[in-house]
Amino acid sequence: MRFMLLFSRQGKLRLQKWYTATAERDKKKMVRELMQTVLARKPKMCSFLEWRDLKIVYKRYASLYFCCAIEEQDNELITLEIIHRFVELLDKYFGSVCELDIIFNFEKAYFILDEFLMGGEIQDTSKKSVLKAIEQADLLQERPRGDYFSNSASTHCS
Amino acid sequence: MALKIVKGSIDRMFDKNLQDLVRGIRNHKEDEAKYISTCIDEIKQELKQDNIAVKANAVCKLTYLQMLGYDVSWAAFNIVEVMSSSKFTYKRIGYLAASQCFHESTDVIMLTTNQIRKDLSSPNQYDTGVALTGLSCFVTPDLARDLANDIMTLMSHTKPYIRKKAVLIMYKVFLKYPESLRPAFPRLKEKLEDPDPGVQSAAVNVICELARRNPKNYLSLAPLFFKLMTSSTNNWVLIKIIKLFGALTPLEPRLGKKLIEPLTNLIHRIYLFFSQILHHLSAITLVCFSWLIAFLFFITVLISLSSGMPNHSASIQLCVQKLRILIEDSDQNLKYLGLLAMSKILKTHPKSVQSHKDLILQCLDDKDESIRLRALDLLYGMVSKKNLMEIVKKLMLHVDKAEGTTYRDELLTKIIDICSQSNYQYITNFEWYISILVELTRLEGTRHGHLIASQMLDVAIRVKAIRVFAVAQMATLLDNAHMLTGNTQRNGICEVLYAAAWICGEFSEHLENPMETLEAMLRPKVATLPGHIQAVYVQNAAKLFATVLKSQEGNTDSTTAQEASQLMIDRLPLFVQSANLEVQERASCILQLVKYIQKLQQKDVEVSEEVCALFAGELNPVAPKAQKKVPIPDGLDLDAWINEPPSESESEDEQPKAIFSKEEPKHSRPRHTEVDEKELARRREARKQEQANNPFYIKASPSSQKVYQETPGVEHIPVVQIDLSVPLKVPGLPMSDQYVKLEEERRQKERAEKKKKDKKKRKEKRSGRGKKHDSGPESEEDITPAHMVDIVTEEMPENALPSDDDERDPADPHKKSSKHKKKKQKREKEDKEKKKKKKHHHHHHHHGDKGGEESVQNGTVEEEEPLPRRLISVMLTFIFLFYSFDRKAYDIQGNLQDGSQVVVSVIFENKCDSFLKSMEFNVLDSLNSKLQRPEGSGPHDSLTIPFQLPPGVSNEARFVFTVQSIIMPQKLKGTLTFIVKNEESSTHEKLDFKLHFTCTSYLITTPCYSDAFAKLLESGDLKSSSIRLEGVNMPFHHLLARICFHHHFSVVERIDSCASMYSRSIQGHHVCLLVKISSQTVSVDAKCDEPTLLGNVLDEIKQTFSQC
Repeated sequence: MRFMLLFSRQGKLRLQKWYTATAERDKKKMVRELMQTVLARKPKMCSFLEWRDLKIVYKRYASLYFCCAIEEQDNELITLEIIHRFVELLDKYFGSVCELDIIFNFEKAYFILDEFLMGGEIQDTSKKSVLKAIEQADLLQERPRGDYFSNSASTHCS
Repeated sequence: MALKIVKGSIDRMFDKNLQDLVRGIRNHKEDEAKYISTCIDEIKQELKQDNIAVKANAVCKLTYLQMLGYDVSWAAFNIVEVMSSSKFTYKRIGYLAASQCFHESTDVIMLTTNQIRKDLSSPNQYDTGVALTGLSCFVTPDLARDLANDIMTLMSHTKPYIRKKAVLIMYKVFLKYPESLRPAFPRLKEKLEDPDPGVQSAAVNVICELARRNPKNYLSLAPLFFKLMTSSTNNWVLIKIIKLFGALTPLEPRLGKKLIEPLTNLIHRIYLFFSQILHHLSAITLVCFSWLIAFLFFITVLISLSSGMPNHSASIQLCVQKLRILIEDSDQNLKYLGLLAMSKILKTHPKSVQSHKDLILQCLDDKDESIRLRALDLLYGMVSKKNLMEIVKKLMLHVDKAEGTTYRDELLTKIIDICSQSNYQYITNFEWYISILVELTRLEGTRHGHLIASQMLDVAIRVKAIRVFAVAQMATLLDNAHMLTGNTQRNGICEVLYAAAWICGEFSEHLENPMETLEAMLRPKVATLPGHIQAVYVQNAAKLFATVLKSQEGNTDSTTAQEASQLMIDRLPLFVQSANLEVQERASCILQLVKYIQKLQQKDVEVSEEVCALFAGELNPVAPKAQKKVPIPDGLDLDAWINEPPSESESEDEQPKAIFSKEEPKHSRPRHTEVDEKELARRREARKQEQANNPFYIKASPSSQKVYQETPGVEHIPVVQIDLSVPLKVPGLPMSDQYVKLEEERRQKERAEKKKKDKKKRKEKRSGRGKKHDSGPESEEDITPAHMVDIVTEEMPENALPSDDDERDPADPHKKSSKHKKKKQKREKEDKEKKKKKKHHHHHHHHGDKGGEESVQNGTVEEEEPLPRRLISVMLTFIFLFYSFDRKAYDIQGNLQDGSQVVVSVIFENKCDSFLKSMEFNVLDSLNSKLQRPEGSGPHDSLTIPFQLPPGVSNEARFVFTVQSIIMPQKLKGTLTFIVKNEESSTHEKLDFKLHFTCTSYLITTPCYSDAFAKLLESGDLKSSSIRLEGVNMPFHHLLARICFHHHFSVVERIDSCASMYSRSIQGHHVCLLVKISSQTVSVDAKCDEPTLLGNVLDEIKQTFSQC
């Protein structure tokens, strides 16, 4: 897989993950072009399209488009399944995920994606083990918000 | 100190965190840019603080802004700072930011090497994990080189979590630093057998990706993967492995045979997996298509296995039939996937796809561009002589309708691709093709002007017979040049004028009115064209001028000739002023020449011959092998240095030459001058250059042309005069349409003529039956070109060396025989023409309604016994493939006619070394089943198989049977007679066989839902029966897959070791099974509304399992 994009129906990018190093300017151009192409398509149309030398597989969940660019030899259906898995993972993690979850916790969404895919290859096919890894890592992470309050609370006390 | 900390904390309370930033952006919709620039200022302040938490927060916000498209490269160093924090919380954010923002040219990456190395060896597995994840996104060749060793160590880490990531990232490392592959490979291979499934799947992934790039190096791993395939329980891994084998089998054909067995066992699992995906995809109804998707997937594998399994074209045929159902579905995804799979089949089995042309053309009308493009891809392989015009006509309609230039350009290139493929193999009428090209020039805003131009040139040069027509068309084009150049936006298309001008000039002797064209070429408007086109205009105006002079020679009235000179003198100065050097040079040269000629004209001197001599010479394409065939003179050592090698690269550029040859194609005229040795060596280089740029250099020599190579030279090719039945300009109507009609008429006429001839011959034949009765090749070949259009033979050097690969020795006996054969075949073709027509009609009768005929069925595979008694063992494999029936007829006339039609496809494979022909197929009809014979033939007549079989070739024929009752299995006896022909003799042979119509073959896989199934069982109309199978030691899902595959059942529901299955007969009998397994004993309880049928089906199931 070359890259994965999440964007809204209004054409706002919500997440982007590039598995090959690409210059910033090219990224922007590709994202813009691709968003236009995908958004112009009618809902009944198929989830696949050819774009430049890549195959694009996309699927819409509520107001969000999940869009993957794969290479010639990759399987389209499997890619759809990867997208679906990712959505399921987000769903499990956030508890019925919505666009706002991804906007406000975009770093979490990235962490989940990173546990699921690495270098464009699927890392673990088991949803359970992905979620377990995320939970474990989250335990290690101090909650920044909580941090503030506990700190400030203690300062007030002192 | 404490106060400082407190102050810092209080400050931080007022800092925005990520959520605040997002909220802020959402609240400032109108002045987002302004809001963000203040935020960035704040972030810059935050980054200046020492507190790492503040910095991390700032970096986190920056990552978000980066996604929105703001440049954050200035903060790269701060990101590195956050990455190197000792706290996981911040490290995680740092690495995330790095993975999003860094790329190969980010210079701070150099600074990260040691930090990453430290993190990789951290005792905390999540530190290591986060570093690996980040690294996978921004690894550079330097990082790969420096860290390869550390990552390799991690591949044997105690935690599978790390091993998995390390294995995956190795792929990226290999890509950036290939030298690391060799030392790391043994360890990678080891990971294929890792106890942790995640690590294993990662290793499979990496090796499959590597193998995709270079399969040869991974052949040695085949046994290991084979083991994995049979043992792995992970579907993702399985699919990867199967794909890997797809890449490996072409290299090692023996693999294919070995794979068939495990693949058949896997099909059910893959099927379930795909059904799950489809289920996610959208509607539940799709699930019943999942087996199709599984098929799709297997097709791709099957195709790559094709070298290993000679007889699978039967299953391919089946797949194509099934794909049709998929493509006809209203779901666009299925349609797309179906077309995609079709195009994969098309590559290896074009014939089986071709019959679905109607469907593909229908897809061209689809609203969805993805689907249209797929359909276009398919069309490329589907054209034949017969349907080319029709398909192109349809495409032309689409060109007119198409919105958006990209799609239209795609259409244009496809049209040209389709027509020009394999050396214009499918074009029977080049006039038609030229008019198509001319029509294409009317396209607005296309980028492919040069493509059209090169086609025009190619056709005009190589097809001699078409030149008259082409020249006339090009003259019109030149006359209407303003239409093409009128809009500056359309500059792509003016390339066509390049071709038009050149053709008109070079073949000006065919021009009807050269004066007019000359005038058109010298219009002032021409000066607005691009330079290289103007240059061609000027040069070819001179050629035209020469022609005018020549035509006026001997004419007492010399006004026309003088007018021509005057016209040249008047108009050329415009070009002399051109800014383009090429144009200017040519124009001034020619202008002086014409002035001189005018002087001579005034003295009444005959000049035309001299002027024509300027442009004399025939232009012929050069054969690609021509260079090789130039004999090397004695004593010439081509490898010897002529001069000592230059000490330094002088880089003498040859560019001017290349440009020149591009502009002036005449350079490719072969010059038969004496060439000294030095020249030769130098020229070879130059020629290579030239060939690369030369549009007339023919790249490959197609087999179809060999026919003509026997004739010694171009001059001897018979060029048949074209009967111009089409007016050159058809007002209103696009011209190519006219050709389609004409072509139809012509073919019909031909057919009628042949029929007459055929009748005569048949009469003769009837008197002497059993003589020779060959069947010609498929009808495709029967279409004769409109006018024998020869594609001009490629030029060879005069003293070319004969070589073994393409030219035959004149004394070769084969040559004679092949000529002879050709003649004979022609006669046979004629003979067959009438019959074939009939057959076609007949075929139509059964396959008339493709839409209704969706119940296609594969049947039992039965191999005929080899014939030991014959030295030439002719083995025929019969594969019952399609038992299709005309459901429509059945549905409508159910009461009147209980019979169904069954189509039996038979694959004939010639396994001996002799040529087989005159094959006739006959079956002894039973009361119940009858072979359908063409009208007018008796009940015992045999059917002629419409093809011959050269050694080692297989082909398929279909026979239609009428079956009355389907409740009993049947065997039909039959014979196949044929003539075995080898060099010395030809003998008449006979082969007996039996066709086995099992009851299973009347069943059709029909999906059934559990509620419908339950209702059916409750209804009480069904009779029951049961069998027991002992000693079955295979997994339950294999057992089910086997029943599904061999007996056409579908699984309704499966609970642990118990499954319900359903199938339907072609006459609508329901067959329900309940299959249970307990310790090697399988019990099958079955219900069906026809007890005899049920009994037979059960017997057949029993037999299937007793065989294994």
